[in-house]
Parts: sequence; structure tokens; C-alpha cells
Amino acid sequence: MQDAHNEEKNLDQLYRDVLFEHYRRPHHKGELAGAEIVTKGNNPVCGDKVTVYGKLDAQGERLEEVGFDGKGCAICIASSSMMTETMRGKTLAEASAASDKFKAMMRNEAAFEVPPEVPDLEALEGVKKFPVRVKCATLAWTTLKNGILAYQAGKTGGETVEACETNTEKE
Amino acid sequence: MSNTQKAAAPARETIALDPRRVAQDFPILKQKIHNGKRLVYLDSGATSQKPFTVIDAMNEYYHVSNANVHRGLHVLAERATEIYECARTRMHFFINAYLPGEIVWTKNATEAMNLVAHGYARKFLKAGDEVIVSRMEHHANLVPWHLLAKDKGVVVKGIELNADGTLRLEELDAFLKGGKVKIVALTHVSNVLGTINPIAEIAKKVHDAGAIFVVDGCQAVPHLPVNVQTLGADFYAFSAHKMLGPTGLGVLWGRMSLLEKMDPFLGGGEMIEEVTISSSTYKEPPGRFEAGTPPIAETAGMTAAVEYLMKTGMANIRAHEKELVSYTLERLKSVKHLKVFGPANPEIRAGVFAFEFEDIHAHDVAQILDGEGVAVRAGHHCAQPLHEWLGSPSTARASAYLYTAKEDIDALVKALETVRKKFA
Ligand SMILES: Cc1ncc(COP(=O)(O)O)c(C=O)c1O
Repeated sequence: MQDAHNEEKNLDQLYRDVLFEHYRRPHHKGELAGAEIVTKGNNPVCGDKVTVYGKLDAQGERLEEVGFDGKGCAICIASSSMMTETMRGKTLAEASAASDKFKAMMRNEAAFEVPPEVPDLEALEGVKKFPVRVKCATLAWTTLKNGILAYQAGKTGGETVEACETNTEKE
Repeated sequence: MSNTQKAAAPARETIALDPRRVAQDFPILKQKIHNGKRLVYLDSGATSQKPFTVIDAMNEYYHVSNANVHRGLHVLAERATEIYECARTRMHFFINAYLPGEIVWTKNATEAMNLVAHGYARKFLKAGDEVIVSRMEHHANLVPWHLLAKDKGVVVKGIELNADGTLRLEELDAFLKGGKVKIVALTHVSNVLGTINPIAEIAKKVHDAGAIFVVDGCQAVPHLPVNVQTLGADFYAFSAHKMLGPTGLGVLWGRMSLLEKMDPFLGGGEMIEEVTISSSTYKEPPGRFEAGTPPIAETAGMTAAVEYLMKTGMANIRAHEKELVSYTLERLKSVKHLKVFGPANPEIRAGVFAFEFEDIHAHDVAQILDGEGVAVRAGHHCAQPLHEWLGSPSTARASAYLYTAKEDIDALVKALETVRKKFA
């Protein structure tokens, strides 16, 4: 039997104020014109759907701007918003690594570390205790990584990759 | 016994059911969750809870009767076989089938639908023949036909819905006029909208056009008096676990004349007459369709479930749920910005309530309701074409049963207010 009291606390940990902030006023939401990376993510089980955009610098190495658009639950939208904050300014390799790291953290495969430049990310730690919701949190991150991979494979702007979490797991 | 079924016609007076007393028979409902909150279980559409008589019957089976069926001459084998076959007889009385042998045990309703598609349709349908489904079907009544379409070139078409969530029967008429329809496969009760479809009326149309009528009875058998003779369908599928019984057991009822023509679905032990190295002959139905060691303890549980339902009275259960439908629809109206789907008329609606807040995702709703002790389901409920029509990829769904009381609905409404406050 689970400790009933702890469970109650968890729900508050899940819906943190910071998370609500990002859900109500998501950062970098809306189509990003001229983005080289445009990729769709779909979580068919819950119906979360996002499109992630990445605009590169002149060398095509660094993400100058990152944005997203779409519909989803509070966890999905807030996490997408924080993803755009985390990824901005990173090289493609760094961004891919950050996506992997975030996923590992959410699945309890790595220690939860909050990057100093995005302190809000701490609000997502509580999601770990709700395994069904972890995919809502990781969707935008996986989607960006898939977009980067597609871009690196020579598939330029407008290419969409189905970044359903369950597909990604089989990689 | 079949008289009991006939006596349960709608005109008969019903006895008011006390859901709080009924709930006393369900051990799982007595527990407290989340720091002492009462468990408000509103997910019976996904699976029902089980009374202790069902749990005990399965327990007792393993304590005193466990053996394989139809395979031994010893005392336990005899007991197990009797339990297995008696359950079949019970079930035939319960739905008023013509013969016990028309009850085929399957793993669940999904397998029962696949059995019709595989054993009947694959054998008798050819390219260009049409199968008619509807917008409100569960995937269990869509995907088996899609598989057939891929393999055999059969064409699957769907009946659309009226704004109130009822079937546009004039579309069925038009399809039938086309002359290519071989099978019509519809749900009796929608697992999302709660719509109760006029099965007897549809059966007549389908038969007049010379087609076969397959009905998904998953959400009907647990909640309404079901009499397959008066409904007039040709196949009728449902799952034990939604009607107080255990998981792992389902039923396909079919007219014997059709079952006899069907090919087996799975081959192996139990279903054969004679086997040589290079060929085999099959048993008569229902044995032909029950390959391998079947769920046996589950049939013991099923018998106890059917007894519980018959003792309570299906007409009484329906009367209770109808009243609950009126009450719930009225109460949900008081929740601001909440959209409730499905027919408003309790006469054609079962106790299923899919709803949506304008700006709050169904998962967030269900999660916060859970925190308040209220268990509902969120998602597409295995009905994606319907959700496409509803215009949202997922909804939250509360579903009631005989142990659901008005207090449970009040708890839901209160918890929905909490959701609104949290997301305000
Ligand atoms: C209308 C309907 N059809 C079919 C099914 C499938 O039932 P099962 O999963 O037990 O095979 C369900 C249950 O989810 C249902 O509600």
C-alpha cells in the first residue's frame, strides 16, 4: 500500500505554480517563420500534438531560435515551453544531448539536474512520480531531437517526423 | 429461466435499488484512498468491480475443483467440466439464447468480434462486398473489418451521427439499397455517448436486405435486459469483466445455423474431432471455436456474476441507471464551461458521460479528479473516429453501474469544481 499522505503531496508537486505559469503563458508558442527544422510530435494515446521549430545560425550549427505550437495537457504545454528556453543557443549536438538527458531524468535513469539558465525546469521533477504523464513531458523534447536528426540526414525544412514516444522507445 | 427474461420486459414494475447497499457487496469499494478519501469509482465502462460472490467462486474453484476440462475421467475433471458447461447454460438463460451451444466462450468481446470476422466473414464475403459500421464504434468493431478489407477487398462504410449522438438510420437504408451489404456491425450501446441504439428495429432492416447483423453488446449486457431472441441480431458479442465477472472471458452468441457454417479461428486441442498427421476434422459448435485450455475459473466467476445480476434484476438495474442519467445530466449542467456529449433523453441513454472543459485537457481533468478520489477515464476510449467527430482527441468519461449512487455523482460535480478552480 502506498503512503496515502505522500500521494496527496505528489499531486501538488505535479501541478506546480511555475508549471501553470508556463501552461497559461507558454514561451515561444506559435509558428516560427523561416525555421529550418519543422517537425511534428504526436502522442496518440492522450492526443497531445505539437510542432517544434528550430531556426539555425548562418553556419547551420546552432539553434538561434526554438519554438513550438500545438495542443496538449498542462504538462505537455509547460514542458514544451521550457524546452524552447533550454534549447535556445545550443548547437545541434548539444541540443540532442540535452533531449536525451531530459528523457533520462524523467525516466529516473539519471539524476534530476536543473540547468542554472532554466531554473523553472525544476517544476517538472514532480511529473516523475506519475509514470503515465512522463510522455506528456518528454514529447516536445523528443520531437526536437527527431527534427535535428532529420535535418542532419539532409531532410531540410518542412520535413515532418512522427515523434510518438512509443516509436522513439524502439530506436 | 427464459421466462424470467421475458418477464423482465419494460412494462413490468421495477424494484428500487439501493446502490449504497449494493456497494457493500463489493470489497474493493470499501477502501479509502489518497489520505482517507472515499473511493468514488466512476469507470465501470472500462471494467466493473466484482462482488465478493464472484471472487469467492473463483477462489473456491481453485480450492476444490481445479482440473482441465473435457479431458479426464477423475472426479476433479468432472467437476471442472461441469462448472465450465453449467456456466454456458446459465449464460444462455441470461441472454435468452435458443441453445446453450450458441454461447461460445472467448477471451473477451474483442476476440468474439474477430471470431465473426475471421470464421464467418472471411469465408463468405468477397471483394466488393460491403460491411457497414458506424461513427460511434469501439475499435474492437472496426479493426477486425479493416483487416478483412485489406485481405479480401471487402469495403467498410460507416453510418454518421445526428447532432444528439444517435445513428442516422436513413444512411443505413441508403447503404442497404445499394445491394452490396453483406454484414452490418453496430454497437448496442455507445461506450462514449451512452446512446442506446434501436437494435430490434435495425435487425429488421438488415434482414430485409438479406444481410447479417453483428452486434457489439459490451456496454449493453451489463446494464439492460438483453434478450437475443427479441433483439433479432445474428451475432452478439460481450465481455464478462464489464458485467461483474472476471477478466479473460468473453462471449460470442451466434445463431446455431450460422455457427455451424463457420470455420475455426484457432486450431489445437479441444476443438477437434479426429486428427491424423495430415488433416483434422472439427467439433460441432461451440467446441470448434474453443481451442486449447479455456478460462475455467473465470466461468465459475461468471456464473456467480450472472446470479448476482439476475437476483438484482436487470430491469431494476436499468431503472436505477436511467434515474441516474437524469440526475447526472442535470447536475453536470451546473458546472460552468463543461460540455457533456450524447443524447439528453434518458430513455435512449445508458449511464455513460463523456465530457470536456473548453480549455482543459482531459488528462489534467482526470488527474485532478483522481486526487479528489474520483476515478474516471480520460483518452479516446478506443473510439478515435468518434472523437474526430466530437472535435477533440480525448475526453474524460464517467460511467456508472448498479453500485453508483447519487452521492458519487455529487462527488464528481464537486471535484469538477476543484478542477475549474485549479485551472481558473
Ligand atoms: C463498446 C465496446 N466494445 C468493445 C469493447 C472491448 O471489450 P474488451 O476489451 O473486453 O474486448 C469495449 C470495452 O472497452 C466496449 O466498450
